[in-house]
Amino acid sequence: MEGTEGGLRDAQGRRIAPGAKVRSGELEGTVARVEPAYGVLTIITEAARAGKTERMVRASTVEVLEEAPQRPHHEPFIRRYIFSLDHKVIGIQYLFTSLFMALVGGVLAMLIRLQLGWPGVRWGLAAALFPGGFAGGQMKPDFYLAVVTMHGTIMVFFVLTTVLSGGFGNFLIPLQIGARDMAFPWMNMMSYWLLVPAIVVLLASFFVTGGAAGGGWTAYPPLSAIPAAAPGSGLGQTLWLVALAILIVALLFGSLNYITTILQLRTRGMSMMRLPLTIWGLFVTAVLMLLSFPVLFAAAIMLLFDRLGGTSFFVPAGVYVGGEVLSHAGGNPLLWQHLFWFLGHPEVYVLILPAMGMVSDIMATHGRKPVFGYQFMVGSIVAIGVLSFLVWAHHMYTSGMNPLVAMAFMTTTLAIAVPSAVKTFNWLATLWGARIQFTTSMLYAIGFVSLFVTGGLTGVFLAQPPVDIYMHDTFFVVAHFHFVMASAALFGVFAGIYHWFPKMFGRFMNERLGKIHFWLTFIGIYATFFPMHFAGFSGMMRRIYSTQVYAFLADLAPLNVFISVAAFGLGLAQLLFVYNFLYSLRRGPVADRNPWRATTLEWETPSPPPHGNFPDELPVVHRWAYDYSLPGAPDDFVPQTTPLRPAPVAGGQDAGGPQG
Amino acid sequence: MANAPQHSDARGTGLAVALLIVGLVVVGGVGATLYATGRWWLPPVASAHGVAIDRLFYSTLVITGVVFIGVHVLLALFVWRFAARGAGRAVYFHDHRRLELTYTIIPAIALAIMVAMSGIVWARVRLGAPPADALVVDVRGEQFAWLARYPGPDGRFGRVDPRRIDARTNPMGLDPEDPAARDDVVSRTLHLVVGRPVRVQLRSTGVLHSFFVPEFRVKQDTVPGMTIEIWFTPTREGQFEIACAELCGIGHYAMRGQVVVQSPEAFAAWLAQQRPALAPAP
Amino acid sequence: MAAPALRERHAAPGPPPAPPGDGGRWEPSPSPAGRAPARGSAAVTGVWLLAGAVAILFVAFTSTLLVRRAEADWRAGPFPPAFWATTGVLLASSAAVERARARGRAGDLDGLRRGLWVATALGGAFLGGQVVAWGGLLAAGVGLATSAHASFLYLLTGAHALHVAGGVGALAYAGWRAHRALVAPSAMEAATPAAIYWHVVDGLWLYVLAVLFIL
Repeated sequence: MEGTEGGLRDAQGRRIAPGAKVRSGELEGTVARVEPAYGVLTIITEAARAGKTERMVRASTVEVLEEAPQRPHHEPFIRRYIFSLDHKVIGIQYLFTSLFMALVGGVLAMLIRLQLGWPGVRWGLAAALFPGGFAGGQMKPDFYLAVVTMHGTIMVFFVLTTVLSGGFGNFLIPLQIGARDMAFPWMNMMSYWLLVPAIVVLLASFFVTGGAAGGGWTAYPPLSAIPAAAPGSGLGQTLWLVALAILIVALLFGSLNYITTILQLRTRGMSMMRLPLTIWGLFVTAVLMLLSFPVLFAAAIMLLFDRLGGTSFFVPAGVYVGGEVLSHAGGNPLLWQHLFWFLGHPEVYVLILPAMGMVSDIMATHGRKPVFGYQFMVGSIVAIGVLSFLVWAHHMYTSGMNPLVAMAFMTTTLAIAVPSAVKTFNWLATLWGARIQFTTSMLYAIGFVSLFVTGGLTGVFLAQPPVDIYMHDTFFVVAHFHFVMASAALFGVFAGIYHWFPKMFGRFMNERLGKIHFWLTFIGIYATFFPMHFAGFSGMMRRIYSTQVYAFLADLAPLNVFISVAAFGLGLAQLLFVYNFLYSLRRGPVADRNPWRATTLEWETPSPPPHGNFPDELPVVHRWAYDYSLPGAPDDFVPQTTPLRPAPVAGGQDAGGPQG
Repeated sequence: MANAPQHSDARGTGLAVALLIVGLVVVGGVGATLYATGRWWLPPVASAHGVAIDRLFYSTLVITGVVFIGVHVLLALFVWRFAARGAGRAVYFHDHRRLELTYTIIPAIALAIMVAMSGIVWARVRLGAPPADALVVDVRGEQFAWLARYPGPDGRFGRVDPRRIDARTNPMGLDPEDPAARDDVVSRTLHLVVGRPVRVQLRSTGVLHSFFVPEFRVKQDTVPGMTIEIWFTPTREGQFEIACAELCGIGHYAMRGQVVVQSPEAFAAWLAQQRPALAPAP
Repeated sequence: MAAPALRERHAAPGPPPAPPGDGGRWEPSPSPAGRAPARGSAAVTGVWLLAGAVAILFVAFTSTLLVRRAEADWRAGPFPPAFWATTGVLLASSAAVERARARGRAGDLDGLRRGLWVATALGGAFLGGQVVAWGGLLAAGVGLATSAHASFLYLLTGAHALHVAGGVGALAYAGWRAHRALVAPSAMEAATPAAIYWHVVDGLWLYVLAVLFIL
C-alpha cells in the first residue's frame, strides 16, 4: 500500500516506513508512524523489563536494519474481520447487520399483515413461534403494538439508515473519492461496534416484562413516558430509548467521518463538482444526520429523565392514568413531537438521498449515458437537504399547534416537491437517448423512479393541511411513506447491492434470479401498498389492532385480505434475494476489476479492493464521473482517471491506470 | 465470466419492462382507483366545511393523477425506446439549461397554485372565528372512551379536577364545589344539532388521542394539559362513529364513540331528559 | 515529496499536470478543472463538525427550556455560588490552553507541555467543582424533579459535564502526545483539535449559565 517513490529514507537509501526495523542511537524498534512533514517518526521499542514503549525519534538519526515487509497489514483474523479499521470491512459488516435486521423487520411486517388480514383468527403455528405474543392462538393487542413499533423502528433506523449510510457510505466513500480509508478509522470501527449493542438492547426488549415498546416508532409521550399507560411503556420503552441513544452516537461517529473524509481526503483532481452523485447523496445525508440526530438524542435523554427521574419535560400536570393522578407538573407533550420530527423529517431524506445518488450513477452506468443535468442534480440534493429542516411540522397539522403555523409548513413542504420533481425529470432525461442494459441493478433503478414518483405524489395530498386533516394517521400515510421512503430506498439498496456486489466480494450475483426477484418485488410492492391508499380513503387508522370494531371499516375486510396476501408474496420473494446473496458470496461467477465498464474510481482497483484500496499510487482524476458514450473516445466509457487529451493510442480499460 | 455481457439487443426486455410499467402501474393503478371509488372511498360528507375539503381532495387527485400517468408513460416509453439495440452508442447529451429550468419552473408554479388553493380552504376551515350561536361541547378522551359534556342551563362549564375522577360516579371529574359544575350534563354519546355550528373543546385525561369523525372530515388530537377547540357544522342527520386516530395504548383500536346529529327539536328533547351529572340518583 | 500510506494527499498540491500529447479528439468533461482538495488537518475539520453536533444538542435542550419557561409556574432557582468558582476555573483552563498553543506555535515544546498539563488539571478541577455544586444543591433540597428549573439545571450541567470529561480526556491525550513529541509541530497535531474542542465546551458553559440564570 505504500507509495513506490519518495518517502523518508536513511543514509543507505533504505525506506523508513511503518513496519521497518530501525535503530536510532541506543533505541531499537519497529516503526509505528512516520511524519515526513516534520522529519520525525514514532518507533515501538521492546525492552526486556519495560515491555513495549513508544518513542519519537528524528528521521536523521535513524538507521534502517530491515525494510518494512511489502504487506505489513497481515493482521490476525479478529483485527481483520471483526474489529477491523478497514472501511470496506466495516461497510460490509454494516451491510450484513442491516440485512439481518431487515429479515427481523420483515418477519414483524408479516405478523402485522397476519393480524390485519384476518383479525380474530387463531393461528397455531404463529402462536407456537411467538408464545408470548399470542393468547389462545390469537395475537394479543399489546404484542401487536410492539410488533408495529419495532417494525417501524427497525426498518427506519436499523435497516435503511444503517445500510445506506453505514454500508454503502462506508464502502463507497473512500473508494469513489480515491482515498486509502476514512479520516478516522478507529472512530469508524467504534461506530459499527456501537451499533451491535444498540441492536442487542433493542431486541432484548422483546423479552422483558410488558414486552417491547408499543408506542409507535415516534414514541409520542405521555403514552411513552408513563409506564402505567400501556404494557409496552414499561422497561421495553426504556430499552427502546437506550438503544436509540446508542445508535445515534454510532451514526454521529459515522457521519463525522463521512463528511471529514469527503472534504479532506479527495484525491488529486477530485473537485467537489467531479464527485459522483452517490457521494453527493451520502455527503448531504451525513450533514443531515450530524445536524438532526443530536436533537433526537436530546429528546430521548429528556424522555428517559421523565421516565426514570420523575422530571416533567413532556408530561403535563394532572395526568390521570390507570386510576390515579400522577405527580408530574407542567410539561408539554407537543415538545417531543417538535423535537422528534425535527429529526424525523430529515431522517426520511437520510434514507432517500443516498438512494437517489446511487440510482443516478447506476442509471448512467447501465444506460451508457451521462447523468442528465449534473449541476441541477447536485443543486436539488442540496436544496432537499436544506428544506428538509424546514418542514418537520407537516407531521403535526392535527397535533394542536397553531393553525397559522400549518400554513408556513405547507408552503415549505410543497416547495420541497420542486427539487424532487427536478430529479425525476432529470432521470427521465438521462434515459432519453440511452442505450439501456437491463441488468438487475438497472431494473431496480428504473423501479426506484416509479416508486419515488408514486410516493412523492401522495405526499402532495398530505402536505395540504385541509386534506391532511382527513388523511393524517390513516393508511393513506402508511401507503405514502412505504412508497416514497421505504420501498424507494429499498430499491436503491437493491440496485446498489446488485451493482457493487462484484466490487465488494469479487463475484457476481446471479442475474436470472435477480431479475425474477425484481419482477416479484416490484409487483409485490404495488400490490401491497397501492391498495393501502384506499384503506386510507375509507378512514382506516394506523396502528389499529383490528378493523372489526368500527362499522365504517367493515367493508375493508376483503381489501385487507388482498393486501396481506400480496405482502406475504412480497416477503417470500425476498428469500430469493437472501439465497442469491449467500450463494453468490461463494459460488458466483468471478468478477473482473471493472465488469460494468464504469468510470468511477472504485472500478480502477481490483475486485475486491486490497487493503489501502489502490495497489499503487492513488489515482489522479481528470474528468467528471459521467463520460459515457463520449463521441470519438475509443470505448463507450472514459474512466475518471483518463486525462482530457490522451495520447492517441490510449483507450479502453488500459487507459484507466494511474497516469500521474 | 469476467465481465458482464454487453447486450447488443435488449429490446425484448425493454418492451417487457415498459409493459410492466404501463400495465401494472398505469392501467393497474388507475383501474384499481376507479374500482375503489365504489367500495373503499371517502364516506359521504356530513359537514359544511367538508365539502370544500373534498373539492380540494378531488382537484389534488386529478392533478397528481395526470402527473402520475404522464411520468409513468414517459418512463415506459423511454425504457422501451432506448433499450440497447444494434451497435450504436448512447447520445452524449447531458445538459440543456432551458429544458431544466422549464421543468423546475412549471412544477414550482403548479405547487404555488396548490399552496394558494389549500391555503384558502385552510383559512376557511381553521382560521375563521366560530359563529356566536354555536353549540359548545366539551369532549374528553380517556383510555379508551370518549365523554361529552354540555354546560347545562347556566351556559358555563364547571371546574374539573382529575383527582375527583371516579369511573362510576364522576367519570368527568367534576368539582362539586364549583356551582357552575352542578348543572353540567355528561354523556357518553355526543349529540349535535344539524345545521348548527358546534365548538368542540377537546381535552384528554392522560395520553394523546385523536378525535376523528370521518364523515365530518374532522380530526384533531387531544393533548393532556391543553384544551383545543375546533368548530364545524354538521349538515346531515344520523349516527356517526368517533374513532381514535392517535395511538393511545392497547385499546386504541376499540376507542369507539358515537355522534348523533339530530334536528333542533330532537336535540332539545334529548337534552331536557338529561340529569346533571352531579345530581343525586332519584 | 510523496509520503507513505495515508498521507499522500499532503504531498499532492495543485491541479494535476496536463499530460503531453496531441490527441484532443475527445475531451469534453463539463466539470471545471479539478482543484486539490481542501487542505488542513482532518482532525480540525472533524472537531468543528463535532462542535456543530454538540451545539445542536444543547440548542435542542435549551429550546425546550425556552418553551417551558413561558409557562406560568416557572420559577428560576437561585444561582449556586459554587458555579462562580467553577466558571473561573474553566475560563482559566481555556486561557492555559491558549497559552499552550501560543508556546507550541512558537516552537516551545516545554511550554506547550506545561500549558496542556495545567489545562488538563484545571479541567479536572472544574469537574470536581461541579460535583461539589450539585452536592450543595441536593443538600439544599433541590432535586432533579423539584422544579422545572432544577430539572433543566441538572440536565444541562450534567450533559455539559460529560462533554467536559471528554475534553479533559482529549487534553490529557494531547499532553501525552506532547510529552512524547520531539518537535512542537508534531505535538500540535493533537493539541490544536483538543484546544478547539476545549474552547467550545468552555463557551458552552457560558451559554448554559446564560440560558439558566440570565434569560
